[in-house]
Amino acid sequence: MTLLSVEDLRLSFGGLLAVDGLSFSVREGEIVSIIGPNGAGKTSAFNCVTGFYRPSSGRIALRGRDLRGLRPSAVAALGVARTFQNLRLFGELSVLDNVRAGAHLWLRQSAFDALLHTPRYRRSERECTEQAHHWLDFVGLRGDRHGPARALPYGEQRRTEIARALARRPALLLLDEPAAGLNHGEKAGMLDLLRRIQALGVAVVLIEHDMGLVMEVSERVVVLNFGREIADGRPEEVRRDPAVIEAYLGGAPDA
Amino acid sequence: MKGPTPEPRPEPVTTGRDPAGPEPPDGDRTGARKVRLRGVSRPPTRASRLLANRWAGLAGLLVALLAPFVNATPYALSVMTSAAIFVMLAAGLNIVVGYCGLLDLGYAAFFAVGAYTGGVLSTRFDLPLLATVPAVLVVTVVAGVVVGAPTLRLRSDYLAIVTLGFGEIIRITANNLDVTGGPSGVYGIPPLAGDPVAFYYLTVAVVSLAVLGAARLGRSRLGRAWRFVREDEDAAEAMGVHTYRVKLAAYIAGAVWGGLAGVLFAAHLSAISPASFTFLQSALVLMAVVLGGMGSVPGVVVGAVVISLLPEVLRDLADHRFLLFGILLIAVMLLRPQGLWPARSKEALK
Repeated sequence: MTLLSVEDLRLSFGGLLAVDGLSFSVREGEIVSIIGPNGAGKTSAFNCVTGFYRPSSGRIALRGRDLRGLRPSAVAALGVARTFQNLRLFGELSVLDNVRAGAHLWLRQSAFDALLHTPRYRRSERECTEQAHHWLDFVGLRGDRHGPARALPYGEQRRTEIARALARRPALLLLDEPAAGLNHGEKAGMLDLLRRIQALGVAVVLIEHDMGLVMEVSERVVVLNFGREIADGRPEEVRRDPAVIEAYLGGAPDA
Repeated sequence: MKGPTPEPRPEPVTTGRDPAGPEPPDGDRTGARKVRLRGVSRPPTRASRLLANRWAGLAGLLVALLAPFVNATPYALSVMTSAAIFVMLAAGLNIVVGYCGLLDLGYAAFFAVGAYTGGVLSTRFDLPLLATVPAVLVVTVVAGVVVGAPTLRLRSDYLAIVTLGFGEIIRITANNLDVTGGPSGVYGIPPLAGDPVAFYYLTVAVVSLAVLGAARLGRSRLGRAWRFVREDEDAAEAMGVHTYRVKLAAYIAGAVWGGLAGVLFAAHLSAISPASFTFLQSALVLMAVVLGGMGSVPGVVVGAVVISLLPEVLRDLADHRFLLFGILLIAVMLLRPQGLWPARSKEALK
């Protein structure tokens, strides 16, 4: 069943077409990668889906529900979570608090519960903390959870950001270059993590430059160049696609 | 910029979990890991530190309760009552500035709205001041929405300018309206308690609840959302925090705290005038928050006490006291820019 469908998405900044007629869809529980050279419009497409950019035209729907014009928090409320290309953790806050942000949407607690410390407050706080620990365990974080997030090493910060997104309990997870800046061992860990996320039944859309990771984990790959989709298919098909080879290597012999 | 180069780490990051394991372990193994990890990341000192924090609050309350036994001259009581009211203002502004990161340079406006609403209603309609509290709550919430709704779409610097303007608008309006008594203000406001000692204790009780309430809000879902907004508005939105509503909530909470402090202020002085609600007042409350440590409840309490008591302690210096006051503030900010009692990033054991 189709979870996310993007049809004929266009986004222009002034005269520049960042996304030019992009269409793709993601089924429930599927891992789809979006690849393409720098500036191909991958992150712009992400930002359109998550409500950070307002597309110039096109349709974006999650389970048939139109996402256009919704603010990012409303998109998140419908079950979409994301990470950012440049880490966007709450640096001064503890690692646990960062992951507790994922609980914001499902935690049932009012300001009056907090003021009066009602049983519901205590119960919900306990649940929130347990869930934060659960997702930090899930991503395999080893650093200090009580210390500020900015004190973690880079790879651990990446994991924390994913834990925060998972704590949202999303149906669709958008990961913007999760393996960027990771060393070889950490990339292997990321691959393992992506597989375990898929096993949870969460659909993942992945923007990634590491082709080894993309080919290994994706069920489908969408290739962008200059804001346009130039290929969409299984990894092995895309790898052999002449248009993709040309976009990546430039000037492949005419097919 | 692509993030920083990661430190090379020899060991793989699979953390002992079998990478071939098909299912995310959810049962015993995770549980066992959790226990171990928590044990590692929680040195025993942290529990005692939280305890120290709680004891610090009780100790502060004890000092406030015992102070009249040390010195109960009308002057001392008046100074201490003013200090307590100032603590409540700082606790309220801390919600807006410290928790949520919204720079508000016109906080005295809400103080004025509360004081004038209480003062005008009680004198015009011969009501006891306590009976005006529901009206004060309504008016301050409305004031918070009226100022906040259009301005909170702005980001920091612009917000500061707009709130500065709003603070002046309220003061000048009070100066020019008949119902607020113009420049001479409202006088003959009924007291909340029979004698100064009783009123002091009443003030301490109300302010303690206000400080406790602000602290509890800070440790809740809403309080975390405020900090998420302060740290990174976009990331907060991405996690489902409706940043506009959350900022408005901070603004309204700040307005309510300020308004109720205004009622105490009106009861304390029995007369209020626009001169009490100048930009200087807003700046002093902000000073207390920054000096104490933004976002830290014990910090802002200490900051407020220092800011309100220091000029009185320096009274012997006559004309030079505000000069020394200024020099001391500058010295503190140079030597301890994070505040006297800064908020910790480190999380305490609950």
